Amino acid sequence: MTTSSIITVENLKRHFVLDRGNFLTRRKPVNLHAVDGVTLDIQPGEAVGLVGESGCGKSTLARVLCRLIDSTSGRILFEGRDITDMSASAFAGSQMRSDIQMVFQDPTESLNPLFNVFDLIADPCRRLKPQKNRAALRAKVEAAAVSVNLPLEFLTRFPHQLSGGQKARVGIARAMVVDPRLLVLDEPTAALDVSVQATVLQLLGSLRRDKGVALLFVSHDLNVVRLLCSRIVVMYLGQVVESGPTDHLFHAPQHPYTHALLSAIPTLGSGARRDRIKLDGDPQSPVNPSADKCRFAGRCPLQQELCTRQAPVLSRTGSGREVRCHFPLAEPGAPK
Amino acid sequence: MSVPLLSVRDLTVDFATRDGTVHVLDGVNFELAAGETLGIVGESGSGKSVTAFAIMGILDHAARVLSGDIRFEGRDVRAMYPRERDLWRGKEASIIFQNPRTALNPIRSVGRQIADVVSRHTPGSSSEIRESVLGAMRQVRIPDPERRMSSYPFELSGGLCQRIGIAAALACHPRLLIADEPTTGLDVTTQAVIMDMIRDIARQGNLGTVLITHDLALASEYCDRILVMHAGHVVETAPVKDLFANPRHPYTYGLLNSVPSMVDSVHDLRAIPGSLPDLRRADLPPCRFAERCPRRIPACDAPGLTLKEAGPSHAVACRNPL
Ligand SMILES: Nc1ncnc2c1ncn2[C@@H]1O[C@H](COP(=O)(O)OP(=O)(O)O)[C@@H](O)[C@H]1O
Ligand SMILES: Nc1ncnc2c1ncn2[C@@H]1O[C@H](COP(=O)(O)OP(=O)(O)O)[C@@H](O)[C@H]1O
Ligand SMILES: [Mg+2]
Ligand SMILES: [Mg+2]
Repeated sequence: MTTSSIITVENLKRHFVLDRGNFLTRRKPVNLHAVDGVTLDIQPGEAVGLVGESGCGKSTLARVLCRLIDSTSGRILFEGRDITDMSASAFAGSQMRSDIQMVFQDPTESLNPLFNVFDLIADPCRRLKPQKNRAALRAKVEAAAVSVNLPLEFLTRFPHQLSGGQKARVGIARAMVVDPRLLVLDEPTAALDVSVQATVLQLLGSLRRDKGVALLFVSHDLNVVRLLCSRIVVMYLGQVVESGPTDHLFHAPQHPYTHALLSAIPTLGSGARRDRIKLDGDPQSPVNPSADKCRFAGRCPLQQELCTRQAPVLSRTGSGREVRCHFPLAEPGAPK
Repeated sequence: MSVPLLSVRDLTVDFATRDGTVHVLDGVNFELAAGETLGIVGESGSGKSVTAFAIMGILDHAARVLSGDIRFEGRDVRAMYPRERDLWRGKEASIIFQNPRTALNPIRSVGRQIADVVSRHTPGSSSEIRESVLGAMRQVRIPDPERRMSSYPFELSGGLCQRIGIAAALACHPRLLIADEPTTGLDVTTQAVIMDMIRDIARQGNLGTVLITHDLALASEYCDRILVMHAGHVVETAPVKDLFANPRHPYTYGLLNSVPSMVDSVHDLRAIPGSLPDLRRADLPPCRFAERCPRRIPACDAPGLTLKEAGPSHAVACRNPL
């Protein structure tokens, strides 16, 4: 972590209280550990991919980072400044709100059907970056539309008149109009066809290159993340289990879960793969998880006795890599 | 000459809607042999599900089948009496739907839902039915089936719900299985387990399988042959390897170049311009891809476009193929 980071989180937790418990009857509280001790930092202009299966806490982490919901514990630093104790509403009123913008998964649900595209894009600008006059606002909105390759005649249309790909662009334009330094994208292409997804991915690649905006790209599709991100963070049941530079992680995964995830991706023209690692069975529950065993135990193909009585910690394994495993996989060719 | 397990000839389907007639399928042709897996790919709205529903006879009331000869082992499926077709469906031919949770009845235990299928097709004593249900659940490797039988869909994960859907579809040992996006929305690790299971069961029983998916990479791993659909037309069909090594239709080529696993940088991705034509148009062109096509020539606007042979078991509907 350096002070040049846009955002840094340390040991961040977000628990959802399902039952507060009762001290008198000794009923234990029931907490769902959606995000359970995540440390992460994002440098200016960097593209970080966040992957993991559904329910592992990706969206919750993204929302906490954007200060849309509060954390349970841990520290959040914005450009080195501790904003952990700043309330969500104080944050919403500050300059920082426009520096971190979020793009949601479902473009249909996140766009108000009563607004036309101009007003949809102008809305965050009016709230966060009021312009001197209408002409200045129009210029800002048009620049945002151009930056996402949305023809200007679309500005007068309504969401129901747009295709899925066009709606996704409007969602990104809404975020870009306030000149953010970090875009947090929660599965922005999950609902799109591959050919439309291709245009959105290209757009995000260009925005990063041309405007220097940093990306936190949340996805369950490692192939998509591979194209866009230089660093990948893999989550499992609320925790980071592995992180590292994209190439290294792809070619030599160290956590058995990352390995399984990679081997499960269908690949064009490969024919059915034989070396696939199957994860049969369901993951452990995120409700009151045991502190004394690995969260991947029970599904891990390489599990040993130690894994069921001691939880592994996240440790550095060199070259910007971290892994949370008692028995990480060796780099191919490296001595055991 | 042997009779194919399934043959579909000139299937044309419209939907009557308030905004006019939607010309969804236009002259769809294909065959499927026992033991073969055919992938149907194409972007959403291209008519994959409607093709599956037309074969199974489960289209909704707005649909009109204008033409189409659908044969199962040589028998004319559309000429069957409704009762006969109901018995055929589930017993000889089955379908697995995309969203396992909505495909299941939320207020009936999963064991009962499988039992419903079994008792409709192979009546027996309640203990025989119970054994068939347990057998079907074991086949899809549902852990602890005796206990799971009495679970309700909301109590199960998406992956387990889809296994129940598969168990119900396979309980009566059909010879044709249509899987409509069976793993869309599931995690990749679950997808791999479910797809391997469908493949293994199909192999053991020599089932003919139609795998409908928008994911070309998935189709390439599990299918013998692929049918590419665009806006209700079959535009190309070929054995998997041949299709990927040697795509002839510009739409197939475009799809392949938009798949992330095919390239190394976002800037190498190539999107297909435009979108599907509005299928309500009365003036739909002979080639429904022409308006998006980089290889369009004047001949493309002439009527009478059909699938033409382009190699061994490879056919393409294009006047200016690659
Ligand atoms: N508001 C909430 N109340 C209770 N549990 C929640 C809430 N939001 C999310 N969860 C739970 O937190 C976990 C992580 O969810 P989420 O962050 O949406 O995961 P992902 O985006 O990786 O699929 C899941 O078990 C989910 O059920
Ligand atoms: N009940 C219906 N009424 C009107 N149009 C329909 C109906 N069902 C499907 N369609 C239309 O048929 C086309 C093909 O749909 P579908 O087969 O579901 O596509 P796919 O499965 O390839 O995504 C779409 O344009 C869709 O809007
Ligand atoms: Mg999510
Ligand atoms: Mg469909």
